[in-house]
Amino acid sequence: MSDDVPRPVAEMRSIEKRFLDVIANQQIDFRIYRGEICALLGENGAGKTTLMNILFGYYTADSGEIFIKGEEVNLSSPRDAISRGIGMIHQHFTLVPAQTVLENVIIATESRKGFFLDLKSSKERLLELQKRFGLHVDPEARVWTLSVGEQQKVEILKALYRGVDILIMDEPTAVLAPAEIEELFQTLRILVGEDRSVVFISHKLKEVMAISDRIVVLRGGRVVAERKKEQTNTRELVNFMVGRDLLERIERKKVPPGEPVLEIENLTVLHDKGLEALKGLNLVVREGEIVGLAGVSGNGQRELSEVLFGLRVPLEGNLKVSGEPLPWGDPLSAIRLGLARIPEDRIETGLMTDLSVEENLILERHGSEAFQTRGILNFRQIHQFSDRLIEGYRILTSSRDAAVKSLSGGNLQKVILARELDGRPKLVIAAQPTRGLDVGAMEYIHRRLLEEKARRAGVLMISEDLDEIFALSDRIIVLYEGRIMGEVPLEEAGREQIGLWMTGMHK
Amino acid sequence: MIRLMIVKREPLPGWARIVIPIAAIVVTLILSAIPILAAGGALWKSYYFLFYGALGTRFNLLETFVKASPLIFTGLAVALAFRAKFWNIGAEGQLLAGALVATWIGIYGTWIPSFLLLPMVIAAGFFAGGFWASIPALFKTKLKVDDVVSTLLLNYVMVHIMGALLFGPLQQPGSSWPRSSEILQAAKYPLLLPRSRFHIGFLMGLAAVFLIWFLNTKTVFGYRSKAVGANIRSAHFGGINTTVVTLQTAVLSGGLAGLAGVGELCALQYRLIMDISPGYGYSGIVIAMLGNLHPVGVLLSALFFSVIIVGAQTMSRMTGVPTYIAEVIQGMALMVMLVFLLLTEYRIRVLRVRPRMRAGGSRN
Repeated sequence: MSDDVPRPVAEMRSIEKRFLDVIANQQIDFRIYRGEICALLGENGAGKTTLMNILFGYYTADSGEIFIKGEEVNLSSPRDAISRGIGMIHQHFTLVPAQTVLENVIIATESRKGFFLDLKSSKERLLELQKRFGLHVDPEARVWTLSVGEQQKVEILKALYRGVDILIMDEPTAVLAPAEIEELFQTLRILVGEDRSVVFISHKLKEVMAISDRIVVLRGGRVVAERKKEQTNTRELVNFMVGRDLLERIERKKVPPGEPVLEIENLTVLHDKGLEALKGLNLVVREGEIVGLAGVSGNGQRELSEVLFGLRVPLEGNLKVSGEPLPWGDPLSAIRLGLARIPEDRIETGLMTDLSVEENLILERHGSEAFQTRGILNFRQIHQFSDRLIEGYRILTSSRDAAVKSLSGGNLQKVILARELDGRPKLVIAAQPTRGLDVGAMEYIHRRLLEEKARRAGVLMISEDLDEIFALSDRIIVLYEGRIMGEVPLEEAGREQIGLWMTGMHK
Repeated sequence: MIRLMIVKREPLPGWARIVIPIAAIVVTLILSAIPILAAGGALWKSYYFLFYGALGTRFNLLETFVKASPLIFTGLAVALAFRAKFWNIGAEGQLLAGALVATWIGIYGTWIPSFLLLPMVIAAGFFAGGFWASIPALFKTKLKVDDVVSTLLLNYVMVHIMGALLFGPLQQPGSSWPRSSEILQAAKYPLLLPRSRFHIGFLMGLAAVFLIWFLNTKTVFGYRSKAVGANIRSAHFGGINTTVVTLQTAVLSGGLAGLAGVGELCALQYRLIMDISPGYGYSGIVIAMLGNLHPVGVLLSALFFSVIIVGAQTMSRMTGVPTYIAEVIQGMALMVMLVFLLLTEYRIRVLRVRPRMRAGGSRN
């Protein structure tokens, strides 16, 4: 074997992976070489994490081959992958909060002295690793007392302790402050300097360009480009990432926008980790327009939708729906003010999957006068209502009594759509309305949203899918790190510019 | 090498809900042969006396109904709570709370017109049990305290409150035992049939089964409580006040358990004693699970339990198998039912794993 053609330390060939009705990976070829940082770039849902979860043995591919150090392997669990020197750090850490750093690092690889743990030699090894890679965390600190950045260091130490050769990091910078990001990059450089390899999953162009040697771009489950860093630039990568092929334009009527139906003033919201997810956001949605809120997820979209749904209490700000104040943290008020709410978490937030289609359809209505008399449900009305919605929204189900979990993804979403849109709402908040759906369902939902606009409802559509944003919006707003990065009417919007705004860069 | 995997299965058709508990009971009875044989019992003779002792004579049959009454109430109490994912392991304490307050009024309610006394005693027992269950429900909804732990521990708190009162203000004057005076005549449950202990408690149990079924399937409350149990986040999203629904469910659940205590007091013991319940509250958990949380299922599994408990007495007398066998069978019924419930959601897949080649060379 000649030396100028380096052999990959790991190679994936023709990987295919499907989930229910979503295709996550199609015919993917992917290689990792010794001593390099390889970025896996793509929008959310492009299939990056799935691909790496297959390499980590967390998922099994439907078809395809994996070679590690030249040998074909069958990875049926993360344990198999770890024993072959692969480590993966997920976005959600897998540490035991009540245990110390040392205990977390040596978990499952304890060295023993007879019956007892040999903590002393383990600790020496840990301290040695800390020094070598600049990962300083007190080994005796309990993990729950650590910041997120420190916890990430513990995860890296854990992987190093197990002798990792290929370290996969899934969106490692999402939880870090700028100074911590620089520290992380230094550690990664030391790692590859020792001839180990790093896979860096990200959708942040700036960071990808800063750290990686080679960049592989995924879109819609396929590899669309592979470049050495020196051979490319951010503009080219943006185009690969967001693609040029627009959805076929659905016929759309231009409706002159009317009165504001949603006014957001100076809205500041904390996310679960206590940092500001939205920083003084101002936004107006008018009657008869679709405002497309674009942006990579994790930039405050979820928190914004949760505030509007009544699920999250903001820190400060003013919210008005058709001029009336929207009370904070009260879903019932949101319903009464005529909000249609399409949550991005269909299963966790929108539906009760063990209950029937009918029981899900009446969720927001069961207390209304038509559906109950003195606390007793009026089933004749309820059956009529649910049959009408099942037909009107073409929900494919064996009956109104079938459990919602027996439905396909598109039909799950139609149940929510039917429930939310039936009362002729004034304002529709649609969060990632077509994520993970097949083309047919997607088109149906797009048509429905355009119909809502045509009858002069205001629509706020939060989406990561640029095709969708361009296909439906009258006005596009890009959210980046809790602030509005830019706003532009559709006619003036350029795909490239939106793509740059999404990654936090101006032209 | 063969690996077993548990995988989700397609939802089962509706008839499975009826067949599964029956199949579980049949399997339990078959498995019970092992401990019966181990105890040296003759198998067919033992089974014969088990059922003869519970169903064979008029008196035995009525005793089985008497035994079933508190089990129906505690079973319903637990089923109602579990349906809303309020993990009420505290039916025992709520039962005692109900019996305790019922005793108080039953003894000192001399100022109450006699036709009102029994309804007052019943209502007081209901609300006492409900109050006791509302404490962990408040802790759960307001402070996120785990309900399994708090409901369970409150059982012991109630046992000790009862002990303190039975050695103190509630103790029968002149007695050195921890027991109260007898309740007033008007506070006792009417007996329905001569030469038996068959009382209105069993009929109240049947009425409760119907009422809870009606509440679960026909009312706004039943819908809300089911929604909260199915996905509390979605229920909240849909505008349901999940705190109120959890509290309502808890009070009703505790109230039903309280009624079990009232029945034991006013129909059988007539005075409060420390042993007023041999663990009916805990049996209620098993009965609720065995009945698949459905009121009719609870009724049937409560009857099954009382058959085993009552029948085991006769079996023991006739064959020498100890009465503890009843508890073994009950425990087994729970385990079998849990396995069957698992199999309604999942199936077991057998995988052949081809042996992997060992990696050549060493890794550092």
